[in-house]
Amino acid sequence: MIISAQKQLEEILRLINNDPVFLIGCSECATMCKTGGEEEILIMKKILEQKEITVTGYVILDPACNLQKSKIQFKNVKENLNKAKKLVVFSCGNGVQTVSEIFENLEVISGTNTLFLGEIKHANEFEKNCIMCGECIQEIFNGFCPVSRCPKHMLNGPCGGSRDGKCEVSSNLDCIWNTIYLSYKKKGQLNKFKQILAPKDWSKSLEFKRVI
Amino acid sequence: MIQYGNLERVLSDGKFAVTAEVGPPKGCDISKFKSKADLLKGYATAFNVTDNQTAVVRLSSLAGSVFLLNMGLEPILQLTCRDRNRIALQSDILGASALGIRNVLCLTGDHQSFGNHPQSMGVYDIDSIQLIKILKDMRDEGVFQNKEEIPHGKPQLFIGAAAHPFSDPLECRVDRLEKKIDAGVDFIQTQSVFNIERFQEWMDEVRSRQIDKKVHILAGITPLKSVKMTERMQFHIPGVDMPNDIADRIKKAEDPEKEGFNISLELIEKIKAISGIHGIHITALFWEQVIPSIVKEAGLYR
Ligand code: SF4
Ligand code: SF4
Repeated sequence: MIISAQKQLEEILRLINNDPVFLIGCSECATMCKTGGEEEILIMKKILEQKEITVTGYVILDPACNLQKSKIQFKNVKENLNKAKKLVVFSCGNGVQTVSEIFENLEVISGTNTLFLGEIKHANEFEKNCIMCGECIQEIFNGFCPVSRCPKHMLNGPCGGSRDGKCEVSSNLDCIWNTIYLSYKKKGQLNKFKQILAPKDWSKSLEFKRVI
Repeated sequence: MIQYGNLERVLSDGKFAVTAEVGPPKGCDISKFKSKADLLKGYATAFNVTDNQTAVVRLSSLAGSVFLLNMGLEPILQLTCRDRNRIALQSDILGASALGIRNVLCLTGDHQSFGNHPQSMGVYDIDSIQLIKILKDMRDEGVFQNKEEIPHGKPQLFIGAAAHPFSDPLECRVDRLEKKIDAGVDFIQTQSVFNIERFQEWMDEVRSRQIDKKVHILAGITPLKSVKMTERMQFHIPGVDMPNDIADRIKKAEDPEKEGFNISLELIEKIKAISGIHGIHITALFWEQVIPSIVKEAGLYR
């Protein structure tokens, strides 16, 4: 899932700059991580109205990253949409751009920061697990990806900063190489640790389009 | 024949080597750096020039190494993977070798979030083990990382790396050292040693795998200057194992500098007695002036 977080209210207000707005949410990821589901959009609507900002309406796209579906959904709210000067989108960065693609004449504001592709660990906790490198090599690491989960992308074992199972960069972050090493050990695969991995082929991460 | 420098010669001759670290300045004024170098000349075989250590911007390690070279000191160019991708790293190595730098230390690098530009983007295109392998292939096979031949002169390098005997997960640390050797490293400088028992245990494992026969190992020595610095090393530097008795000695000492000096000498004595150790690497953070007397007192001045 794409994990996002709402921008600070002050930032959103600054971007809106007292103009009439139409709010856009997303039924998928942004709903799951509570940045742009119907619940959050209604709360935002209330807050903005308390600040005397005109909210002309709202829609929860299903989902915001689907261009054709979004176009159809927007048709049903056309009237309210046209009263707004700015569209504030509470989805991932992709959804914001889908909206921009549809409305060439309206100003589009991103109400969220898109953080990472990750797992829903608990209802309120998410963890980055993939940076979409284009060539998945998880099998080497027993399914624990250091490409995305080690801040230094170490492919050949832990740096000198690993301490008590935690990463030197943040004590909130597990050292993924500690996890990988323990997994090798548990499965009797310590020989896997000994192989030297060649530099990653980052050209694989340069896909910008896929057509089927 | 590869043209090496003195460090390789000393180590190949089986002599006990001394290397020391000199940090380049945070600016263009190199007068202090030069006076440090003057002070240290002759007290170590080669001198590590740090590469934006702790991710703080300083004069480049390449420029610092050239200054040392011109003053008649042999540099060890430190090179981290934090700020440069494989193109820039290989390019810097060609430049360094052409300028006459013969030693390089391959490091992954301290994360940028610790430094003075935490907003910067880290590169980490490759890791230290991959860097070792790339440099070895450049030197021995005459090829770049992409396997393309180096058409106009391959680099001449003595390749070094760091080892972390006290970092977690402890059990993997000798394996990781072995990987560096498989990648092609020639010499190793370890993290600063304070816990001699644990260092001995690590060396027992190193010797049992005959690793000391394949690579030159220099043990890290850091003279403790003050209570504050000791506490920093004890609690905030990952991979440092400072036993309480050493920390207590500094805390109780009337003259912490003198005590720190004595502790360093005692550690060097014990390290010299460990079989498989080929030298020491002194990192005296902001206290380089102490290095000559340590080297002399330890009987390592030649
Ligand atoms: S290896 Fe690449 S694609 Fe696979 S999980 Fe890691 S970052 Fe994602
Ligand atoms: S501590 Fe572990 S996760 Fe953190 S940078 Fe080092 S190897 Fe990567």
